[in-house]
Amino acid sequence: MSELQSQYAKRYKSRKFINYIMITIMLLSTLLALIPLFSILTHIGISGIKALNLQFITNLPAPVGEPGGGMGNALVGTLVLVSLAALMGIPVGVLTAIYLSEYQQVGLFPSTVRFVADSLLGIPSIVVGIFVYLIIVLPMKSFSALAGGVALGIMLIPIVIRGTEGMLKMVPDSLREAALALGMRKWRVIVSIVLPTAIKGIITTIMLGIARVAGETAPLLLTAFGNHFWSTKLDQPIGALPLQIFNYAISPFDEWHNQAWAGSLLLILVVLILSIIARLATRGNKLN
Amino acid sequence: MEKVIQVNDVKAWYGSLQTLKGISLEISKNRVTAIIGPSGCGKSTFIRCLNRMHEVVPGAKVEGKILINKTDIYSTQVDPVEIRRRIGMVFQKPNPFPTMTIYNNVASGLKLNGVNNKKVLGEAVEKSLRRAALWDEVKDRLNHSGMSLSGGQQQRLCIARALAVEPDILLMDEPASALDPISTLRIEELVQELKQQYTIVIVTHNMQQAARISDYTAFFLNGEIIEYDITENIFTKPKDKRTEDYITGRFG
Repeated sequence: MSELQSQYAKRYKSRKFINYIMITIMLLSTLLALIPLFSILTHIGISGIKALNLQFITNLPAPVGEPGGGMGNALVGTLVLVSLAALMGIPVGVLTAIYLSEYQQVGLFPSTVRFVADSLLGIPSIVVGIFVYLIIVLPMKSFSALAGGVALGIMLIPIVIRGTEGMLKMVPDSLREAALALGMRKWRVIVSIVLPTAIKGIITTIMLGIARVAGETAPLLLTAFGNHFWSTKLDQPIGALPLQIFNYAISPFDEWHNQAWAGSLLLILVVLILSIIARLATRGNKLN
Repeated sequence: MEKVIQVNDVKAWYGSLQTLKGISLEISKNRVTAIIGPSGCGKSTFIRCLNRMHEVVPGAKVEGKILINKTDIYSTQVDPVEIRRRIGMVFQKPNPFPTMTIYNNVASGLKLNGVNNKKVLGEAVEKSLRRAALWDEVKDRLNHSGMSLSGGQQQRLCIARALAVEPDILLMDEPASALDPISTLRIEELVQELKQQYTIVIVTHNMQQAARISDYTAFFLNGEIIEYDITENIFTKPKDKRTEDYITGRFG
């Protein structure tokens, strides 16, 4: 054995040892990250399932002491608010991302847009609430579903822009060139080649964004305000699951605390169902 | 010999970097013309100028005159999309559309330009796949993803896709450089057959390949054309010292 080889042999043992230690640390970190996630989910599941039943989903809130109260109004409210946010955030976000990725990648304007979107991502959500309060609630002289939807929409836009742009950038240029060289017009290339290739990632991004805003409470305090009765009117205050969870959780009644847990479970289920529907809807589009 | 492509003093830039410094040459109908030269000499830029693909890169610029079938393709009245429909292009790396089946990959150029007649499409797909010598291998699985094919098959699929829009000129940018020797051989045989119907311009790094398959060869160096002649002359009695140095492997 040459001197170099014996040196390698000596080091092999310690290298193997360090390798073992590092992999153990990574595994421990992974477990550490899983503990809070897993315990939140099981805790909400166990605490929420007790009060979660059909009545809870279909009924209005009942006064303390009366049985059979539910969060039906808040569930409908959340669906209305999220739909409004999606109606505003998805088209604006996706079209902006297409502009940034396919039409104007470099320059002062696109980098300003990216910078603003990134800043908006980090803005405290209550600030968005105050802003919408100023531009919609004060002029309309009323809290409203519209204001809540706009607040959530404003939060959704930057998530969709940055996520979708990232997904579009992952589509290799070679596909765009192949399509252009076949004599396709640019909009055709985007609609028929680039978007279908990136659609799974874009849907995932949008669903993560929807899940994020569906759980927001702070921007709704000053906009949607909450409503203990059925309402789908856009110019009236509207209930929302996070608002009702908040109100019930800070109340002094055990019964309401249980309902707050059930509301949390319901919120998680809503987000989960939305994601599954979106996945199923795009399943036909992927081949590999 | 009819000249389908006439190139006159073409200059091209990427941003401030000039990659073509005045190229002039004429390309004959139904012949294979090879473009050889070391990396960065402007071979790819040159053929991308022939179907107006150079300009799709941000900051790219072209000057000069290119006539294809006597039409000035850089005239302001000409729609670049129309030019690209008449000139097929095959790229270095096979690039089938990943979301499409084999059938739809071949039909894509027609479909996405508005052809919807199933019979017309079906016939065009079969004809193109036969011409690309791929039909027998894929005829029973036209509904599989294009990505399920091997690299060599994928490249022939891309050739079929380019042929389906019925171009009369085929540009090939190192079409075999990412393939194994057997697939390369198949592509070379294919080029020989295709020249009956198409005018082919092929960029290649591989000098043996140029010698095997082309009728004419142009040697490019630093964005200039050093020598352009019948392939046999280029490889047996080059007139320029630099051509001789390159083909004998003394540089590049």
